[in-house]
Amino acid sequence: MNLTLKIWRQKNANDKGGLVDYKVTDVSPDMSFLEMLDVLNEDLINKNEEPVAFDHDCREGICGMCSLYINGEAHGPDRGITTCQLHMRMFKDGDTIYIEPFRAAAFPVIKDLVVDRSAFDRIQHAGGFISVNTSGNTIDANAIPVNKHDADKAFDAATCIGCGACVASCKNSSAMLFVSAKVSQFALLPQGKIEATDRVLNMVKQMDEEGFGNCTNTGACEVECPKGISLENIARMNREYLKASLKG
Amino acid sequence: MALDSKIPEGPIADKWTNYKNNINLVNPANKRNIDVIVVGTGLAGGSAAATLAELGYNVKAFCFQDSPRRAHSIAAQGGINAAKNYQGDGDSVYRLFYDTVKGGDYRSREANVYRLAEVSANIIDQCVAQGVPFAREYGGYLDNRSFGGVLVSRTFYAAGQTGQQLLLGAYSAMNRQIGRGKIKMYNRHEMLDVVVVDGKARGIITRNLITGEIERHSAHAVVLGTGGYGNVFFLSTNAMGSNVTAAWKAHKRGAYFANPCYTQIHPTCIPVSGEHQSKLTLMSESLRNDGRIWVPKHKKDVEAIRNKTLKPKDIKEEDRDYYLERRYPAFGNLVPRDVASRAAKERCDAGYGVNATGEAVFLDFASAIERYGKEQATVRHLDINDAALVKKLGQEVVKNKYGNLFQMYEKIVDQNPYETPMMIYPAVHYTMGGIWVDYNLMTTVPGLYAIGEANFSDHGANRLGASALMQGLADGYFVLPYTIGDYLAADIRTGKIPTDTPEFDEAEKNVRDQINHLINNNGKYSVDHFHKKLGKIMWNKVGMARNVKGLTEAIQEIKELRAEFWKDVKVPGTNEEFNEELAKAGRVADFLELGELFAKDALHREESCGGHFREDAVEESGEQKGEAKRDDENFAYVAAWEYKGEPSEAVLHKEQLEFKDIELKQRSYK
Repeated sequence: MNLTLKIWRQKNANDKGGLVDYKVTDVSPDMSFLEMLDVLNEDLINKNEEPVAFDHDCREGICGMCSLYINGEAHGPDRGITTCQLHMRMFKDGDTIYIEPFRAAAFPVIKDLVVDRSAFDRIQHAGGFISVNTSGNTIDANAIPVNKHDADKAFDAATCIGCGACVASCKNSSAMLFVSAKVSQFALLPQGKIEATDRVLNMVKQMDEEGFGNCTNTGACEVECPKGISLENIARMNREYLKASLKG
Repeated sequence: MALDSKIPEGPIADKWTNYKNNINLVNPANKRNIDVIVVGTGLAGGSAAATLAELGYNVKAFCFQDSPRRAHSIAAQGGINAAKNYQGDGDSVYRLFYDTVKGGDYRSREANVYRLAEVSANIIDQCVAQGVPFAREYGGYLDNRSFGGVLVSRTFYAAGQTGQQLLLGAYSAMNRQIGRGKIKMYNRHEMLDVVVVDGKARGIITRNLITGEIERHSAHAVVLGTGGYGNVFFLSTNAMGSNVTAAWKAHKRGAYFANPCYTQIHPTCIPVSGEHQSKLTLMSESLRNDGRIWVPKHKKDVEAIRNKTLKPKDIKEEDRDYYLERRYPAFGNLVPRDVASRAAKERCDAGYGVNATGEAVFLDFASAIERYGKEQATVRHLDINDAALVKKLGQEVVKNKYGNLFQMYEKIVDQNPYETPMMIYPAVHYTMGGIWVDYNLMTTVPGLYAIGEANFSDHGANRLGASALMQGLADGYFVLPYTIGDYLAADIRTGKIPTDTPEFDEAEKNVRDQINHLINNNGKYSVDHFHKKLGKIMWNKVGMARNVKGLTEAIQEIKELRAEFWKDVKVPGTNEEFNEELAKAGRVADFLELGELFAKDALHREESCGGHFREDAVEESGEQKGEAKRDDENFAYVAAWEYKGEPSEAVLHKEQLEFKDIELKQRSYK
């Protein structure tokens, strides 16, 4: 396949940035999207041009590092996958592909397609944990039975990879899906209930301070989420938040 | 320097308890005056950083990714072992210990492995208390499954994402301490040297990967939880950024590197599809619980499969060779990884590979789907003779167990594994070798520790499935926090370690000189060009089967490639910016040194053991004909290499392994 790429190039956080055209030829449909960019970068290096910076690491859809906005969609046209799992067979010979960073006020661009998602970490610092020290003296794991239904739902929420596709897809740049996934995971488990009030209040407060927008229930986040994190989690977090606010 | 493994005296079951009762402790007030650096935030580094901070030490943690949650432990799929015996199937601490030593082909240190088995149960308790959502049965209790090389079900799991869930558990424990200010987290920072002051590790030099700033960080002890070095093969199941640099810099500063040639080639990975390939993807070993591995019995069927004139499911049962079940009836498809990998290679080398490159075998779920489907039909009082219904019900069960793995496979290969068998082939996955550590997990540099995959100690020459997660968390949560206290007790009056000393000056200069050289080299070829070449040498000559000729050639070729690299590598851009090529160049420079030591180690070890298979060391007759042949008389030792400049000059030190509690015998899975 031969393709035209329109890639966002931005020297650093202060640079204005803009789209630049590149041609790639002989792309195999079995290549992953990032392997296609590897080929482009190899070519650029050989031509003494600067390669395109993009985040990536595990290349198997689990680390959450890759974060491209492809043809107007976070992680591109396929569903239920990250950018690194997107394969070129999703495109046709002669296509023009727009490649941009995940955009949000809370995700400033570092360079080209690389953004700073440390806001997500700071929300987790505010309450994304159960306060238990490591001692070897916690109770036996099977002393806390959890009904399978709740355990499965907690697991589903916990599979969030923190990539930020939800924020990038939301017209308000809301982080509600991300935050609610962690709040839900713990709210569904007996171990998490003890700190539930502080957790939801603190995490939401931090989310607001980071400059993420409000949720207006458009559901774009759920559609683009590579892990299929459900909107139910947002509803659950809203209930938890209301409960906590009334208590507080 | 003689190697002292510092194994405590006494019976093996009492060593760890006695040790803990007799070490020096640091009182809580003094812990506040002590700084510890932890490099790497995977299961080992993340759990260590969190626990040390909980204890009261001031922790500085570093990772090269944009968040500690992205460390490659996240990608571990299948599960974590623990001697809980929840299934009542005969498991015990001793049995986990025994399985691990045997699985490691009798090349690990007994005392360390016993301790690992001993703390394994605590890990599960700790993780559940943190809210890790392990898989459960309908009664609400934890579920288990079985892994290769064992006869019990002791593996705890969270679908095919166990590593993710455990890492997020450790990450949440870290977050709590970051929030309290007890951990200072440095994301997008790469460690480029260890600083040794008066013979003790007292700090590190890092590069800020966003700004290029070279920074000095001091501490009373330095802990490396920086993972393995599988990417020396270029293609592996490791993340793109996984590298040996931190470990290698430590080696250059005096830490011995142990058993570099012990590499795990994992039997079930998605085969290479072309030259553009950047990494390989694992299909969890847990799939071997339900998947059966086979190739066609007849060459004509192989041809027809390759030409796509025959579908695998149309090959009759009697025309299939379930070669693991045939060769190893006792363990069948669940033989250890090294055995399964070699068996796949043997069939493919004999011409039975089932894809275009001839390097793939089938992993087939049809019988599991049928078995589960019938079970479900029975439970629901439906017709077990309705084939379509049985298949549908069976597929649902399989989806529940392995859904994410099947989805990954389908996205990469574009085939539906519920309908047609997966194609798989072995790939580099894990490195059992690593920095030599004593019982305290301290390297040969005082105050410098190595934990998790970065050290060598627990898996011998072959790691069993679901044991990497166990070791990472055991080291970080339950072992290092004790052992490091014994060392730091002497540092309560030391005070802050200054960074304006000649040792820091020299280390920083070293780092800057290398960066300047790379940036100003203006060579002809990209970093990847060299990395791929190195990977090919490693895979072809230091891979699944090794011989004297190939290894000798590899050593020479790597040496030449290293010289070419320094002459001809091209790194665009500058240091003072986000520059991934520069970061990669530094890592590949270290792989080019490690690769040679790796081959040298493989050449010196004239036996086959675990993942190290020498073609000149095989059983020649009897029931075990063709199987790996260990040489306990001459090689029952850890090979710890001391850096002396060039890898060719490295000096070998031997730690003789003693087997007091387990009888040394040939590993048989027949």
